[in-house]
Amino acid sequence: MAMMMSSRHCFKVKWKSLTLLMEHGIHADHSAATFSIENEDHTLANAVRFTLNQDPRISFTGYSIPHPSDARVNIRVQTTGDPARDVLKDACQNLMGMCQHVRDTFDKAVVDFKRSKVVDAMDVEH
Amino acid sequence: MPRVSALDMPDVPQGQLPPHLELQRTRVLCNSDAPIHTENIQYSGAYASMGVDNSDGLNKFLSNFKVEVTKLTEEDMEFDMVGIDPAIANAFRRILIAEVPTMAIEKVFIANNSSVIQDEVLAHRLGLIPLNVDPRLFDYMSENDAPTEKNTIVFKLHVRCERGSPRITVKSDELKWLPNGSEFVLATEKQGSNSTAKPKTYTSFTCSQDTMPEFSSNPISPKYPDIILAKLGPGQEIELEAHAIKGVGRTHAKWSPVATAWYRLLPEVSLLQEVVDERAEELVKKCPAKVFDIEDIAKGKKKATVARPRACTLCRECIRGDDWEKYVSLRRVKNHFIFTIESTGALPPEGLFTEAVKILEDKCESLLTVLS
Ligand code: SF4
Repeated sequence: MAMMMSSRHCFKVKWKSLTLLMEHGIHADHSAATFSIENEDHTLANAVRFTLNQDPRISFTGYSIPHPSDARVNIRVQTTGDPARDVLKDACQNLMGMCQHVRDTFDKAVVDFKRSKVVDAMDVEH
Repeated sequence: MPRVSALDMPDVPQGQLPPHLELQRTRVLCNSDAPIHTENIQYSGAYASMGVDNSDGLNKFLSNFKVEVTKLTEEDMEFDMVGIDPAIANAFRRILIAEVPTMAIEKVFIANNSSVIQDEVLAHRLGLIPLNVDPRLFDYMSENDAPTEKNTIVFKLHVRCERGSPRITVKSDELKWLPNGSEFVLATEKQGSNSTAKPKTYTSFTCSQDTMPEFSSNPISPKYPDIILAKLGPGQEIELEAHAIKGVGRTHAKWSPVATAWYRLLPEVSLLQEVVDERAEELVKKCPAKVFDIEDIAKGKKKATVARPRACTLCRECIRGDDWEKYVSLRRVKNHFIFTIESTGALPPEGLFTEAVKILEDKCESLLTVLS
């Protein structure tokens, strides 16, 4: 019984999970679409817009929050020809790659800082 | 930066931005009236006509991104994050404030409160107490869940001020952790009073929380023992039980794991021409943040230097009046963030940042799953 909580990280259990509500306009032309995402806001949309903008296949991208009391955000993706859905997926992948790198770099910087502190403290003792 | 007519500009070398565009791209210029070039040019093809690729690309990011910690204590930290777009840095900040979970008191069962502080005010004060417990060890409790040892922490508070004794102050250390869950028996149980079975209480714990390895050596308590909750006069009493659950700052600020988290852009102060003698003295005196120093140059002459640009608060005192703007240029580096995190105590600040980054990763992951 006692182990039920051991080292399991409940951050994984989402507070409210994201859902893709609709994909407007994808049937007419797959290179342009609006993705309507529920339970997300500027945090994800603005970050994804950045990585989308960095993709040379993008001709236009932007996002909007149609109403402040709806927990929903619309991300518009228009490409130069590739399917909008694939480009959005790549943007997510890139953002994840960036996050992983940020985490690694940050953890290393913290370790370096702590180590330099220990060295400083030893210098003082001598 | 003086404006140059396009006709007078030298031919732009391909593959490289002319200096004035490079400055606009990488710096905010803080002029005496207003800051300019505050926007970030994100579009990869923004400079395509000049043969410049504006995409940061994942590889470019991987090789340019740097972090340096400048201060780290148990409660707060400051670090420099260089080579990242504000869209991402701001996502981390927003997640730190609103989406990294903690435990906080959500339900308060008041058995008796004869103090002057009203029940609802007292309950609100209790909610705001930071708890010294790792939220990763608990589950979220949704509306239909029963309170169990996996999602609820129970505290009890029972203080009485005896008649004839002086007034007492109730502080957060009076909150006593109940590892076995609630001691209050459900109202519906009392009539049936089945004496053999254990009476049902407001929680259904299957085991005691203090048998769990994480808590056996490290009991749960408020982070700070000296937070004032109420004052009691002679004869007054408070008896209550407080149930803490896991939540995020988006629902209520009491779950926010940070007192605050913010960043500022690295200030860059540059002298456009030499500032000497009395003007140098004047400049040093103008700056309240002591950014400038005086350096002696030959023949008793003095020259102003920029010694501590990081201390600049951007008060713009140094470019006020006369033609000071011709001498000093105040700028901010657009991709250099001085990030500060103040933790309320559940997790150390460096742990909070790591969790925030993980949450953004999780968001991308769930978006990827719904897209495929
Ligand atoms: S803006 Fe203010 S703090 Fe910054 S250098 Fe000028 S006078 Fe000093």
